[in-house]
Parts: sequence; structure tokens; C-alpha cells
Amino acid sequence: MSQVRVLILRAPGTNCDMETVFAFEQAGAMATRVHINQLVRGDECLSDYQILVVPGGFTYGDDISAGRVLANEVRMGLGEDVPRFIEEGGLVLGICNGFQVLVKAGILSVNSGSIPLTLTDNDSGRFECRWVHLAANSASPCVFTKGIDRMSLPVAHAEGKVVFDGAVPEANIALRYADEQGNCGAGYPYNPNGSMADIAGLCDDTGRVFALMPHPERFVRGTQHPQWTRRSIGEHGDGLRIFQNAVRWAEAL
Amino acid sequence: MHRVEVRLKNHLPDARGAGLVKDIRDLGIETVSDVRVIDIYWLDAELSSDKLDLICRGLLADPVIQDYRSDSAIPADADSSSNRRVVEVTYNPGVMDPVEGTVMKAVRDLGIDNVRAVKTAKRYLIEGDLDNGQLDSICGKLLVNPIVEHIVGPDTIPFSEHPQYHFRLNHYNIIDTDGSGLAEVRRDFSFSEPELKAIIDYFREQGRNPTDVELETLFQTWSEHCVHKTFKGKVSFSGAGIDNLLESSLAKIGQVVQWEGLWVKIDNLLKNTIAKATAELNKPWCLSVFMDNAGVIEFDEKWALCFKVETHNHPSAVEPYGGAATGIGGVVRDPLGTGLGSKPILNTDVFCFAPPDLPHEKLPKGVLHPRRIFKGVRAGVADYGNRLGIPTLNGAVLFDERYLANPLVYCGTLGLMPSELSRRGQQQAGDLVVVVGGRTGRDGIHGVTFASEQLTEESSTLSFTSVQIGNPIVEKKVIDVLLQARDKGLYRRITDCGGGGLSSAVGEMAADTGVRVDLEKVPLKYAGLTYSEIWVSESQERMLIAVPPDCIDGIMRLFDSENVEAAVIGEFTDDHRLRLFYHGELVGDLSMEFLHEGIPQMNLEAVWQPSQHTEPDFASPDDLGRDLMKVLATWNVCSKEWVIRQYDHEVQGGSVLKPLVGKDCDGPGDAAIIRPVLDSDRSVIVSNGINPKYGEIDPYWMAASAIDEALRQIIAVGGDLDRVALLDNFCWGDTRRPEMLGALVRATQACHDMALVYGTPFISGKDSLNNEFEYEGNVITIPHTLLISAIGVMADANRAVSMDLKQVGDLIYMVGETWNELGGSAYLATHDLVGNSVPKVDAPRSKVLMDNLSTATVKGLVRACHDCSDGGLGVAVAEMAFAGGLGANVKLEQVPLGESIDRDDFVLFSESNSRFVVEVAPENREEFENTMGDTAWAVIGEVTGSGVLEVYGLDDRKIVNESLTDLKEAWQSPIRW
Repeated sequence: MSQVRVLILRAPGTNCDMETVFAFEQAGAMATRVHINQLVRGDECLSDYQILVVPGGFTYGDDISAGRVLANEVRMGLGEDVPRFIEEGGLVLGICNGFQVLVKAGILSVNSGSIPLTLTDNDSGRFECRWVHLAANSASPCVFTKGIDRMSLPVAHAEGKVVFDGAVPEANIALRYADEQGNCGAGYPYNPNGSMADIAGLCDDTGRVFALMPHPERFVRGTQHPQWTRRSIGEHGDGLRIFQNAVRWAEAL
Repeated sequence: MHRVEVRLKNHLPDARGAGLVKDIRDLGIETVSDVRVIDIYWLDAELSSDKLDLICRGLLADPVIQDYRSDSAIPADADSSSNRRVVEVTYNPGVMDPVEGTVMKAVRDLGIDNVRAVKTAKRYLIEGDLDNGQLDSICGKLLVNPIVEHIVGPDTIPFSEHPQYHFRLNHYNIIDTDGSGLAEVRRDFSFSEPELKAIIDYFREQGRNPTDVELETLFQTWSEHCVHKTFKGKVSFSGAGIDNLLESSLAKIGQVVQWEGLWVKIDNLLKNTIAKATAELNKPWCLSVFMDNAGVIEFDEKWALCFKVETHNHPSAVEPYGGAATGIGGVVRDPLGTGLGSKPILNTDVFCFAPPDLPHEKLPKGVLHPRRIFKGVRAGVADYGNRLGIPTLNGAVLFDERYLANPLVYCGTLGLMPSELSRRGQQQAGDLVVVVGGRTGRDGIHGVTFASEQLTEESSTLSFTSVQIGNPIVEKKVIDVLLQARDKGLYRRITDCGGGGLSSAVGEMAADTGVRVDLEKVPLKYAGLTYSEIWVSESQERMLIAVPPDCIDGIMRLFDSENVEAAVIGEFTDDHRLRLFYHGELVGDLSMEFLHEGIPQMNLEAVWQPSQHTEPDFASPDDLGRDLMKVLATWNVCSKEWVIRQYDHEVQGGSVLKPLVGKDCDGPGDAAIIRPVLDSDRSVIVSNGINPKYGEIDPYWMAASAIDEALRQIIAVGGDLDRVALLDNFCWGDTRRPEMLGALVRATQACHDMALVYGTPFISGKDSLNNEFEYEGNVITIPHTLLISAIGVMADANRAVSMDLKQVGDLIYMVGETWNELGGSAYLATHDLVGNSVPKVDAPRSKVLMDNLSTATVKGLVRACHDCSDGGLGVAVAEMAFAGGLGANVKLEQVPLGESIDRDDFVLFSESNSRFVVEVAPENREEFENTMGDTAWAVIGEVTGSGVLEVYGLDDRKIVNESLTDLKEAWQSPIRW
């Protein structure tokens, strides 16, 4: 079986690409950083990979709104490449800014796109960096969160509030903000941005396109946890599971 | 031209507006119930309604949450209402909002090519009953900074033609005996008289008059900011302590002469103090010190660390956001421009402001309120640093009224590079001069001279060209692409364009070869710049590299592949001259020797006499709980979580010990630890020490204390002194005054002495002198402020220790001696006193103590450790207790004393150096005590689960009995904005 290939998409302002490569390497994949221009100009081909990742950062400075300009570029520059990639079974992961890009490019949609959905300014009106507790939804088809019950991960964003019209089906809500016991509805700062329905991560109807505001790549080793000096955390961080799930799924392709 | 307005749908809360409502309330205006912010875009184009709609719908507005309208769809009386004020604010001409460029790019991505320019504005709808005075106040204090912004009406046409520049070569007539041009030189440049004389002599020898660009070049290159002429001057020092030469190190750093009393002559202060200690220590792991843009030390066999801290004080005083943002942008380019380039991996920021609760009516004209400066600086540093993807893991915020008009903004960056690339490169004749990154505009012209001069009431109007907004994404692109070019070996040398712009960068790089530059080849933001403006502009996000001719195609292709602009602007030569051309005309021609060696050395006088301050005459209070709360709530001691949370301290995934630690991740960590190579456990500890309060008593002990503090923090988190490097950053008043320079000599002397004993070399440094403000005939001088930044290499991150108490029943140790050292303390400050008993450092003993404590940590005997600094033992143990969420009992009678102290408050709040509070498990008691040996230590209490901090006084009476909730609230509430 050949090694799973992961494309870590880079654009001006991407800044979590290196640690995302590291996380996928820890999970056994081969991850390559590819600039958006390389895809647009045809120097690299999406179909050579099994997993596409839009990592965290401030692409184009979050100008206009976070993720908007890269989303536009992906939509206009890559055209049908991404939908075809998903159609053919590829996995797509968006982290933080990647979540914003995937939603605004229409790549991550809910209920066949019938629910208008976006991400906007945190209720606090501020960029905030803090660790949050997350509860995964076992009823979700999400490939990435399979077998995960609860996690701790850091968030670091200014525009992470998920808002939508209508109702997002339960199955699409792969990850929710929660309190220490895993209960949702705990309010700020447990829900750090005021996201509707405590949504921290969403998947599309297939479960193969997943995006989240927290940063799993920042917690793949135990010593990345803020309390590893207080209590035993273990060698691996909670975030590693997300990458392992993706790689295992792709290996089985 | 088209105008587009994008607004949040009416039913959605406006987070930006809500922040403004809060700020308006802080101004004492209670009647504003709501603020909504509308984004305005002007597009300079003739677009069909379809295309305009595509831009609005597909790009500028998010249909889920926003509405938009454009052009004629905007009613003439838009947004007017009886109870509403409308203010529209845009950037001044020449100030570039990065969003404008992004919109241009995104519009092109949509397949629309005919938009010539974009301009942005913000429209504020302010709901509530306001009179005109209140509205002016809101505009002036919150919405508009005239340095960069102005208010516009709805009919404004924001696009203006930039006038073309018509070339004319300008000379100053200074060589004729009548010297008719001298007055003009004195008007345009503030050269000292000896400097002016050297210039006249040089040009007389050349037999011609200088051009404007030649004088500009000399002015920039010889500025304090670029050449540190005070630190390199000849200093004659006299004053208190000098008759005690045998005991002090003065005889080692200068030559003793007798002339109307004893004097010490120091020829080059930097070389004889700070750099001298480094030379004497001669550590093999110091790879590059005091020669490049940053200092470099070895990290492991493969990697090197590169560290630099800069200040960006004056620009931050007049435009906090842009000034601070470009401060961080500037310091990041230092490690990038060191050796052959390092990757920025950590930022550290230290700010000094006036207290945020200063009444508005006490504000001098032309000075921004400290709260606004604080908020603006924080936002500028965070927006720029976060966008670059560099974690901000360390810092401090200090307050003193004398920082009112001269806030200090220290920004530091740590870089990582392959060891073999850590040496400064060397270009060859024929190599091409390439400028990479941002375009050149009229930004920051005369920024370095602005930085070196005194601020006055008029500074805010005179300095408008000195401030720019900064574009972090351009810088990020430059970093990304230059590191690739470095690894491919496509350039031979690199430096940053910072203070003095191309003038300094090219001039310095070519010092040992020579260069010719064609100024018209520099890419410009807009037309109209003179050749001289191009040369000295301080536009941000620019780097300079020397590229061998056979690499030029490859490197330009690489730049192009990631949309980074670059241009060949000249060629290095071997004629040891700086020759500047504009469209083929020679406009400047200076010998490198004169440019770099021609500046006359300054002769300076320095004196130092200690001043006497009032000693406390109040009795030690019976209940010190209230005093402890008061100290915890002081601006200097209180929690800075509000700032820290708005920095990304996790990006790059390397953080091992974060700035906020403990049970609820909100306790004040001592030093930060990062793991720069993700699959290794080798780490870097970053800390800082700063205490300007001590400088009022004695700058020597202030500097010694700052060094001790920075080192204590490294020890507290589990590091050791084996490989620790220091940076010095002096912010001072006008050192042309002998007593001001005397204080500087005292501080540098301490740097020399301490570095030698601790074995911790200085690897780089910086100074910002002249931090004074003239106001109604009075001069406000900042306190002498020395920031010591330290990095330590830690062999194994797994042995890191945090400061929060962890286990009920553990022993609490006090390590180090407590002396009657309340001078300059946080406690005396709550009584508006300074005192005289400044904390001293017994470095030889402290070194042994720190070494022993490191050994104990490596052995795993230390469960928690916190250094005692501001607020002494009282604050340290309170912070440990509430960070751990447990409780503690402490007995002052057990505290090891260096001398007899009979007051509880003095023991509790003494700020003696070299002290730690340590938590040790009972089963490790014997081994810990054996390891600490005959250094000063004692068990002073234990960890409880009571949720209370109990302190028993010297007579065993309970003097503090406060719940952790109350203590934490006192500490957190001041800056909960």
C-alpha cells in the first residue's frame, strides 16, 4: 500500500502549514505544501493526492472578510477540480482559516447547500487564543471525528462564529464547543465566539469534507497541552486522532 | 467611479460597533446606545451593473449576514435620522490600506480587469443623543487619527492624481567661504557642528558642493538610530562611587584620570562594557554577536537561534496602531536579514504606558490618551504578528506617568536558521542589488531622525510622513519566498530595509565593496517621489539582497511564482564608492570611507549622584490582606490576560510553556518555552527583565536587577544558565545632559559586571535615546528604562515547570535571602513612595543558588516554581495559589533573611533579587534540600486545599487571610476591558 498523499494548500498569509505537515507526518502520511499558484498554473495536480487541506492562517490578511479572497480564488482558479476531487472520494479538511475558505467557496455545504451558512466576527469582537473543550457527535458521518468522544484543542481566531438561516441537520454538526464535562450550551468562554448551536466543526453530507475552527495540529504531542505540567496528559495530543482518522480512511481507498 | 456600501443585516449584532460603544462609555459619554459600522469601497472604474453586482455579491458582501447597495441605490439622505450621527472616515492620501490591494487582486480573480484603483472607508452610525462637543470628542479620541485619517462627506471623490516629478538636481552651497547654503543645511538637517565641519571639509576636498541626496545619506547614516554615536562616543564619567575604584569595575572599563577630581575616561561605552563582557566570556556557542542585524547563538548541531529586540517608540506615540504594527514588522525583518536569513519563530513585546485611568483633562495637547495608545499598540502588534503566523509568547506591560508622551514599544523576534548560514554573507563586485517586497512610497521619510529626536506638542502634525499602516501579508510573502531562495543558495547576502531605508541598507551592505544604484528602478507605490525621497523612504516590508548575476533569473522566477515583487536596482562594485543615479544622471557620489568612518566621535560628559527619596514613616498594617490586594491590583502587577489572549501564542505548534498557565489557564507564567523543531525535545526559553522604578534610585542596580529577573525566570521554568544569551535595550532621556548619560554609564557598567559573573553574554542590543517631551516649557523625561531580554537553550522540554501550585500537602520553600529592600517596590508605590533601599544583586552567590535550583529541577524535585519580582513574596505566593486553585499557608518567621527585618509588610513585599518560591513534594524534601546545599532556603509553608491564602507574621499572628477568589479578582479586574 502506498503512502497517503496530503496536499497542504498554501496562499499568501497561510501560516499553519508547517505544523499541519508535521501532524499528518505523525499520522503516517506524506504531506506536501503546495502554493495555490502551482495548482492554478497546473504545475501541481490535485488528483495526485488523497487529502486536500486548507490550513490555518490569515490568507490575504482576512481583508474583506476572513477566507473570502482565497475562496474566490479557489472557486475561479480551480473551477471544477475541487468538486471532482470530492466526487472521486478525496477527503477535504479545513482548519480555522481553512474552515472560512471552504464555507465561503461553497466547498463545504450543508444539506446540499440549502442552508445559507457563513462565519463572522466573534461575539467578543476580538481575536482570542484559548483552549476549548469539544464534544464530537457520534451520529455524524464525519470521517475525521470517527471514534472521538471529547477533545481539548486551542482556538485562535477573530471570525469563528458560525451563523446560518434555518436549521443545520444534526448529522452535519461534527464538533461542538462544550464545558469540561462535555455539556453544550455552556456559553462564553466555553463557546469562544458565540457560534450558533455551539458549532465548532461541520462536515458536509458525505462526511468527507470537514472543517473546524479549533486547531488539531497544535495538539498532537502531550506537551502542547496547557496543563501537561499539572497532570498526566499522555504522549499524544487529542488532535492527532483527526489526522489518523483521515489517513486511515484514505489508506483504505 | 462606483461607491459600494456593505453593512450587517439589521437584526445581527455588530461586534465592531459594540466595542466602540464600550470605548465611548469609557470617555464618560453614556448616551450612545448602539454603533453600527458600514464598510465603504470606492472602485475607480466604469463597470456595467452586472459586473458591479458580481463584485458586490461575489466578493465584498456576504449574503448570509450582510446587505449591500451601490451608486444610485444609495439614497441621498442615507442613514440620516434624528437620533443618529453619521461619521465617515478614510485614510489620508498616501496612506495605504492593505485592503485596497487585496480587493484589486480579488476583482481580477473574478475576471474583471478594468478597475484602476480601490479606496476604502468606514461609516459609523452612532445612535444616541449627542451634542456636537460629544461628537467631536468621539471622533477625535476614537474614530479619527488625523495623522493617517480624515472625515469625508458622502460626495467625496477619493481618488487623486499624484503629480509627476520633474527631475532637478539640488545642491547646497557650503564650500564657498561665504557658506551661503549653511543656513539651509542647518534648517533641513540637524547635524552637530563637528559633523557639519567634517562634511564641509570633505566636500572642499572634493572641490564641489553636496547634493541633497548626499546630505540625506550622511544624515541617515550618522543618525543616533543607525550609528549609536552616544554609545560609541568618548565619555568622561565622574560622580558618586568613583572614589571606590577598587571595589567597582569602573577601572576595568575606562582609564582613570585626575582633573579637578577623579574621572574615568571611557572610549566607546558599548565596546568597554556590554560588548567587552561578551568578548571576555568568549563562548564558543556565540556564532555572531554585535555585527549583524541580530545576535546568533548555536541551538544544536544543526540549528542556530537569532534574537533581536527593537523599539518603535516615537511612531507609536503619534499613531499607535500603525506605529506598533510597523514596529513588529520591522523587528521581524531583523532575524530574516541576519546571516543568510532566519525564520521568525517567536515574538516578544514589552510596552510602557502612562496609567490608563489618567483623566482626559490632564492630557497635554498633541498627546493621545494612554488608554488609546495601549489599545492601539496592542491591536497593531497583534494584527501584524498574528497575520505573520509568529506566536507572541512573552512580554510585559508597565505603567508610569512619565511614559505619557513617550510610550515605549519594544518588539522582539526570535529566529531559527541552519547554523552554517548564520554568518553574514559577502557580496562580490558584479552582484546585483535587488530590493524585494513592498513598494516604495513617501512613508516614514526621516523616520530615523524622528526616532532620535525629542517629541514636542507639534510632533503630531510635523510627523505625518513618518507613520505608515503596514501590510503584514506582503511581509509574510517575502519571508516565505526568501527562505526558499536561501535554501536554494540564490543570493549571497541579505539585510533588511529599516530605519534610513535604502540609504542605510545599501550603504551598509556595500561598505566594504562599493555600489551603484539606479534610483528610478525602485518600484514605487505612486508617482511623484524625488530621487532623494526614493533613497531615504522607510516604506515597510522591503528586504535587500545581493544576487550573483547567474542566479538572477532563477530568483526572479521564484519571486514571481508567489507574486512577490522584486527589482534589480543596481550593482555592487569594487570602487568603495556609493554612486547614485537617476535616469542616468549622477545624483550622489560619496566615498564609503567618509560615509562610514567620517563621523567625528562624540565627546560626552557623564556624572552620577544618587538622589534621596522619602522613606516610609507608616507602621506595618495589622491586616496585610488589603495591602496584598492593593498591590495585586496595581497596573504593573495586575493580570495582562486581556492583551495576551489577543495574541496567537500557539501558532507554529511549538509552545511548551505558555504565557498563561495553571488550573484555569490564567495564571502568570514566568518565561515562555517553545520547541522550534517539532520532532525534537530541545527547546528555547524566552524571558525578560525590566524595572524602571529601581532606576530612580540607582541605574546600576536597576540593570543588575533586570538581568537577575530575566535569568530567574529562565531558572524558574526549569532552565539553566549554561547557554543563556542576553539582549540590552536602553530607552533613555536626553544623554546630552551629563546626569542622564551618567545614569547610562551606571547601567552599562552593571550589564558588564553581571554578564561576566553569570556567564551570560550579550549578543545584540539597541538604544532609543532622547525620549523626552516638551510641554508648556516643562520637559517630561521617561524613567531610565532598560529591557533585558534573555534566551536560554533547554536540553529537554519535558522537564519544564510551571508556577501554579499543584498538590495539597506539598511543601512551600523560599529559596534565596530576603533583605530590607523595598526601594522602588510595588508596595511602596501604593503609598506613593520610592524609598532608597534598592534591591541589589550578589551575583556570585546568586549564580550558585540558580545552578543548584536548576539541578533540583532536572532531578524532577520541583513541582512548581515562581520567581519573586514585583510585589515580592506576597504577590508570588498569591499568584501561585490562585493559579493552582488550591490554597497555601505561609509563615514569615521562616523566611530566610539576609539582615534583621522587624516588619511583616517588609518581609512580605521586599523585592530582593535572586529569590524563588518553590513547591516540593514531601517525599522529595531531603533530596531537594541536599541539592540546594548551603544556599539560603527554608520551608515556609505548605499547599492546602482551603481555597484561601493564609500568611502568618513574624510573631506568628495571621496577617493575611484572603480567599483565592478575592485575590484573583483583585488581580484580574483592572484590565478586563
